[in-house]
Amino acid sequence: MAVAFARILRGAGLKAPLGSVIAFVDALGQVGMQERSSVYWAGRATLVRNPEDIALYDHAFAAFWTDLWQLLPTVTTEEMQITLAIDDDNEDDGADEDGESETNEEPMITLRFSATEVLRHKDFATYSPDELRSAQELMTQLRFIGPPRRSFRQRPNRHGRRPDMRATMRASLRTGGEPITRCWRDPGDRLRRLVLLLDISGSMEPYARAMLRFVHAAVSGRQRVEAFAIGTRLTRMTKELHSRDPDLALARASERVHDWSGGTRIGECLRTFNDQWGVRGMARGAIVVVLSDGWDRGDPAVLAEQMQRLQRVSYQTVWVNPLKVTPGYAPLARGMAAALPYVDSFVEGHSIAAMQQLAQVIAGTGTRTQR
Amino acid sequence: MAISPSTPADVAQALSIHGYIPDEGLATSIFLAMTLHRPLLLEGEAGVGKTEVAKVLSRWTGGELIRLQCYEGIDVSQAVYDWDYSRQLLHLRAAEATGESQGLSTDDLEAQLYQEKFLLKRALLQAIGNTGTIPPVLLIDEVDRADDEFEAYLLEVLSEFQITVPELGRFSATHPPLVVLTSNRTRDVHDALKRRCLYHWVEHPDFEREVAIVRLRVPQALDSLARQVAGAVETLRTLNLYKPPGVAETIDWAQALAALGRQHLDEAVVAATLGTVLKYREDQDRTRQHGLAALVKQALERSLATS
Repeated sequence: MAVAFARILRGAGLKAPLGSVIAFVDALGQVGMQERSSVYWAGRATLVRNPEDIALYDHAFAAFWTDLWQLLPTVTTEEMQITLAIDDDNEDDGADEDGESETNEEPMITLRFSATEVLRHKDFATYSPDELRSAQELMTQLRFIGPPRRSFRQRPNRHGRRPDMRATMRASLRTGGEPITRCWRDPGDRLRRLVLLLDISGSMEPYARAMLRFVHAAVSGRQRVEAFAIGTRLTRMTKELHSRDPDLALARASERVHDWSGGTRIGECLRTFNDQWGVRGMARGAIVVVLSDGWDRGDPAVLAEQMQRLQRVSYQTVWVNPLKVTPGYAPLARGMAAALPYVDSFVEGHSIAAMQQLAQVIAGTGTRTQR
Repeated sequence: MAISPSTPADVAQALSIHGYIPDEGLATSIFLAMTLHRPLLLEGEAGVGKTEVAKVLSRWTGGELIRLQCYEGIDVSQAVYDWDYSRQLLHLRAAEATGESQGLSTDDLEAQLYQEKFLLKRALLQAIGNTGTIPPVLLIDEVDRADDEFEAYLLEVLSEFQITVPELGRFSATHPPLVVLTSNRTRDVHDALKRRCLYHWVEHPDFEREVAIVRLRVPQALDSLARQVAGAVETLRTLNLYKPPGVAETIDWAQALAALGRQHLDEAVVAATLGTVLKYREDQDRTRQHGLAALVKQALERSLATS
């Protein structure tokens, strides 16, 4: 019965690894199966691991509990189907894309090398699909380092300033207990966390896909990167983008984000980000990069307030605006104008070259563009 | 003697005797953590009483509370064990002075140095290496602040309940400690660690439970005051604040009001004590915009509506 329920959960999109199912069975053994609420809580304690999944679980549980007393066999077969359907989907996607890249492989390579320089400065919006593809490959080569910050963890260092007692003690045994060789240590360096907030609203459409590739390059290229999509709501896509395979990662992220090319409520999304993630710790001491054109349908005052909050906790805030390169561009979009006072670096984001510059800004070596 | 409750209701009852009123979900999770001997991972907003769970468990079971506060860069020497180097050096000096070390090989010297008496046990080793009859309560606070590497180590400790000190050997728990982990979700705790644990998302309490908590924790506050404070806090939570007040703030507020000898909320006293509930200037401004008089009125209505 527990296994059947786990099936339903998996069908509903919740991960239920075998270990958790076993724990669930154990838990049921403890609380019994007579009462709805004890079965419910036993399942929640063992099978749910994210607050986001609670709604899913509730839904699945309600369906399961009603069905449990009616037609158990039908439930299982039905759910089998759903699981299969999802598997099929994935496989199809993978196969399709593999096929494409195989057939396109040869012309792609020549195109990439001859056209690299042109591509580097071309506006994403004017790309053809082929160009977009090779541009994305270029983007995969970007690496992000970023200014380090001092870590609490100490590392052995011959020129360090703090005594390393443990190593000194070890060394002294070689000299009959006389601590002649002294060892030292020093705090090491750590990468600062990098938080990327990508605007995926309708007005960003020509750029969003290319930039998502950029975000993926960042997430898979180094540690301590978090990625979110902002549109009508905030969606975290760090996990989805973790895969090294860009096509798979992007497919998963697109599946996860439901409001592609919809409206924008940047201010509201930033508020959610600040409340749920940023101010609690994710943005503290981090480099926060907003990739957006600044067209916001919400209240600019909210956006300004939230950007200010974000700037107060972060190490550096960067705003990447693909429209900035347009001749005669002035930040007239109300949202952009409201946010600018709280942005440390304001950079372009329309082409590969601009993205490379962004990578440099993040690394702290690029020239900071004045607002 | 180790306590073993037989139903979640037992847990709820015992905890409320010791000053903590859990909801059904939390009581079930604690019950399962105790009977299945699994670590319990608690997540939730700041100030909903996650850390308090470990403290009350320690009061109830009589097990020693061993707290490990996580932070970035925490490593084995701060969380598990370290050697007492100054004593080791002294020991070597003494052995030399008394002539005892003469004729001893390096290996013998080394064996003398790495004995348990020179071992400084930190929180994890204390909890695993305990020899008492009552299992201690191990609180691993804000695990999301530690780095991934530490988390991996923690995973190993929590699945086997044993720790190996290379120079000494293996410590394993005679009575596995009752483990409570808390996280504020500044980053996601690794899935493998979550899989080891039972998980509970701690919510803000509902109105009646919050009143009960205030009554329990601030006995000097009258029932009417407790109800009004809980009502006001409930309203505050709907105002879209940066930091909606948690139970901790509700208790602080009730304590402040009781200390001032108040039995009812009014506009003046709310204005004077707002700083105990709201810790951001922007939040206070927003509440004043909403109107303190309105807040007091809503609180009064709420406190009467259900009584």
